[in-house]
Amino acid sequence: MAMSASSSDQALLSVRNLRIEFPTRHGTLVAVDDISFDILPGEILGVVGESGAGKSLTGAAIIGLLEPPGRIARGEIFLEGRRIDKLPYEQLRRIRGRQIGAIFQDPLTSLNPLYSINRQLVETIQTHLPLNDREARARALALLDEVGIPSAAERIDHYPHQFSGGMRQRVVIALALCAEPRLIIADEPTTALDVSIQAQIISLLKGLCHEHGTAVMLVTHDMGVIAEAADRVAVMYSGRIAEIGPVQEVIRTAKHPYTHGLMGSIPLIGHHVDKLTQIDGAMPRLQEIPAGCPFNPRCEQATDRCRVERPNLQTAQKSQVACHLFDETGRTGVEARAGE
Amino acid sequence: MAVEAAAMAERGGEVPDLSLWRRTIDLLQRARDSDIWYSFKRSPITIVAAAVTAVIILSALFASWVAPHNPFDLATIDLMNASIPPAWMADGDTRFLLGTDDQGRGILSTIIFGARISLGVGFASVVFALIVGVGLGLISGYVGGTVDAVIMRIADIQLSFPAILLALLVDGVARGLLPRETHDELAIYVLVFSIGISGWVQYARTVRGSTLVEKNKEYVQAARVIGRPAILIILRHVLPNVMGPVMVIATIHLALAIITEATLSFLGVGVSPTEPSLGTLINVGQDYLFSGEWWIALFPGAVLAILVLAVNLLGDWLRDALNPKLR
Amino acid sequence: MNDPSDKGAAPLLSVAGLVRHFDVSAPFLNRVLERLERSYVKAVDGISFDIGRGETFSLVGESGCGKSTVARLIVGLYQPTAGSIQYEGVEIGPREAAAERKRMQPHMQMIFQDPYASLNPRWRVAEIVAEPIHARRLLQGKREVLARVGELLTQVGLSPADGERYPHEFSGGQRQRISIARALAGEPEFLVCDEPTSALDVSVQAQILNLMQDLQQRLGLTYLFISHDLAVVYHVSTKVGVMYLGRLVEWAETRTLFEHPLHPYTRMLLDAIPDLEMSGRQRIPVAGEVPSPINPPSGCAFHPRCPHAENRCRVEAPMARVYNGVHVACHAVADGRIS
Repeated sequence: MAMSASSSDQALLSVRNLRIEFPTRHGTLVAVDDISFDILPGEILGVVGESGAGKSLTGAAIIGLLEPPGRIARGEIFLEGRRIDKLPYEQLRRIRGRQIGAIFQDPLTSLNPLYSINRQLVETIQTHLPLNDREARARALALLDEVGIPSAAERIDHYPHQFSGGMRQRVVIALALCAEPRLIIADEPTTALDVSIQAQIISLLKGLCHEHGTAVMLVTHDMGVIAEAADRVAVMYSGRIAEIGPVQEVIRTAKHPYTHGLMGSIPLIGHHVDKLTQIDGAMPRLQEIPAGCPFNPRCEQATDRCRVERPNLQTAQKSQVACHLFDETGRTGVEARAGE
Repeated sequence: MAVEAAAMAERGGEVPDLSLWRRTIDLLQRARDSDIWYSFKRSPITIVAAAVTAVIILSALFASWVAPHNPFDLATIDLMNASIPPAWMADGDTRFLLGTDDQGRGILSTIIFGARISLGVGFASVVFALIVGVGLGLISGYVGGTVDAVIMRIADIQLSFPAILLALLVDGVARGLLPRETHDELAIYVLVFSIGISGWVQYARTVRGSTLVEKNKEYVQAARVIGRPAILIILRHVLPNVMGPVMVIATIHLALAIITEATLSFLGVGVSPTEPSLGTLINVGQDYLFSGEWWIALFPGAVLAILVLAVNLLGDWLRDALNPKLR
Repeated sequence: MNDPSDKGAAPLLSVAGLVRHFDVSAPFLNRVLERLERSYVKAVDGISFDIGRGETFSLVGESGCGKSTVARLIVGLYQPTAGSIQYEGVEIGPREAAAERKRMQPHMQMIFQDPYASLNPRWRVAEIVAEPIHARRLLQGKREVLARVGELLTQVGLSPADGERYPHEFSGGQRQRISIARALAGEPEFLVCDEPTSALDVSVQAQILNLMQDLQQRLGLTYLFISHDLAVVYHVSTKVGVMYLGRLVEWAETRTLFEHPLHPYTRMLLDAIPDLEMSGRQRIPVAGEVPSPINPPSGCAFHPRCPHAENRCRVEAPMARVYNGVHVACHAVADGRIS
């Protein structure tokens, strides 16, 4: 307890032992199981994982947008030391937007098709900041300029359908930035976009956050996006964090057997391999998560211990890994990997 | 390869068993685990509605055994028993629970036999409308183009005539064309046709809409690449996937068809009075309403109302259960 | 177009001047009342390429470039507006060639992008996989068909018992395996794969790509592979074509194209890929987005985004030319401004 209090002092966002459950008529499914992590001010934390790993749910839980019947069953979420997971709806709504901004995958559904861009921006600005119409519009214009919308003064009165996909995502970013939040939750912000646009949006997001000192939780399934944008990365598997650490270290010297396999399964231009590394099997469904380490049925190095005892996050170099290979007794794992 | 295949067939268990028996068991298991059964169990109103509907349908089906008398068997009818009030009234007779009509037929028995006609006509016209509507809807949606335009314009035109008017029209034409005896014989078919023909549009529109969606799904494209003929693709791929909403419409349409039949029979253009349906019974009974024999009209009316209400409730529930987005 | 690198072997599939326009005009009444003109999307606007037996030819490009339309034209889901498609030297493109199409169709099969939409949810897996067998009457008798289905399921890494189950009981990757089994059931020699892994997670993608490679080697298949993912394309293909707004801007052997891209659009695409090796390479994000295919830019469609564009590019559409086996449609390359 003392540890969590101290870490939430310096961290902007602090998630402690978060557990998200879905009660269904076939029993309670645990979608996110006891995860803890911090995001420092101005830091971009990438959260990567396959579909169903619980990464988007974690983001949704932080902004209080978990869809029922999903619920936070245990754990705490602190924003600048203040607990926000148990706040009443009104207070949470004020935090959302003012202190935490959100960017979602599909820019079309994040914008109201019936309102002009100006109206949506001004409304959001005025909800959070005491500005009159003229000041709010001026701020909206400045924001559109900042996110790189050409001839913003003309386009501000246009409607969402008059913008292309990439431009819409820029508008969504402007909306998220309206109240100068300290943290942005970006859930697959580039997945619906083409590669060339994707690159533009990533570099925009990265640039803006460094300028404003905004921290970002970047949820994505795309390791490439993480490598480009994130400072640190958390790899999720079956609702748990398998590995978390500086992005360079995780990508170059992946420690968890899952991360290791994942990296090998990504084809790389310029590195011709006859066969991609493949992790056999698939991530278990929520109702079939095995005992012990959830990765054990697919892991080549699994021992009997992995089948019964759940590994906790262990420090290994600058990262933390949830794998028995990296326990005090099994330190050899680090050297073995480092020697490769 | 052939040897391997034969060896595999020998081992039996490895090969999926697709026999009818296996399928039936499987279907029952799936039904038990399905969301529909779950939502059914949790809705008391639906359970009551289903029970009421089942009781009425079963007693109509087995009318000859369930009904105390056969009201159409002249041998059992005694004019001496005419116009007896329900059993619990002062002049009541325990043999006739709901009383008798002016010819001495037990009301309960006439209702049970009448419900048989009503339900029969209702089901038959729903099936007729369903086959025509689903067929045209599939063709319209899958083929598209001019065929689609023609079918849909006919549907539009048809919709501008009220169902009752259309049914009256069909009946009128039939009466004009057919000799009297033939018409009485065929009355029930004319009725089914005229009720059914006014109902197909809804099926056609819904099925056309779903077909347009399904036809662009990749499994249909896959079947086209495989080289299956259009008719097989429509029947085996598209049809099973568009039937969900059709079942909802059919249930609600059944209630409507029963009402329409009753209305037509009440107006005297329905089934012949020798084999009365619920509507005919009400029609006959209304003459006695003011002379004090209220039970002749009231009980058939009540049964009709309860039946239609129950079927409608079932339809509503089915719509909610099949379309979770509406909840 | 005399390509010196052609070894004289006849290609399995040969596409020339392939065009497909889609009518997106307003309804007749609106056109008359609002004085609108008919408008067309030029989804595929004159494309030519050859695929040799045993090759994997990939088409890459951003959404809306027409790559999926090409796939659907080749398997006959769409009719070409113009141009020719020859399979083993037999013309199967135009409507008049329906008999030839019918004769050649069994040689090709398709694998689709969305594993959730490509299997009929009401059918058992065994019935799904058996469909091509029934369609082509390859086997008679229930037992023989079921045994073959079991064999096919084993071949794609599933178990014969899976045939009894329904598609919804499987994960995305397993469904894609079922799709592949169904495609193989027709004993094709040419497989058109439309983004077969883009709906899958990376680790599953690796499984499917490995499986497809395996099958290609074992069964001697030829692939047309449609994808937006350049890294995947680099990994699987022998030749790559890059599409932009309905045209093929560059096609070449995979190595050549990736190591020495010529067309500015190819260069741009390659530059846009996130750098997983974290070499710290500074990327210049390309400005602009793909214009609408209803109203594409004049001349070379890429000119508004191209750093090498000149006046000529704005008026004259470049023809494809061959340089050392690389087919490129670009004035700047033709003029020697890019090499």
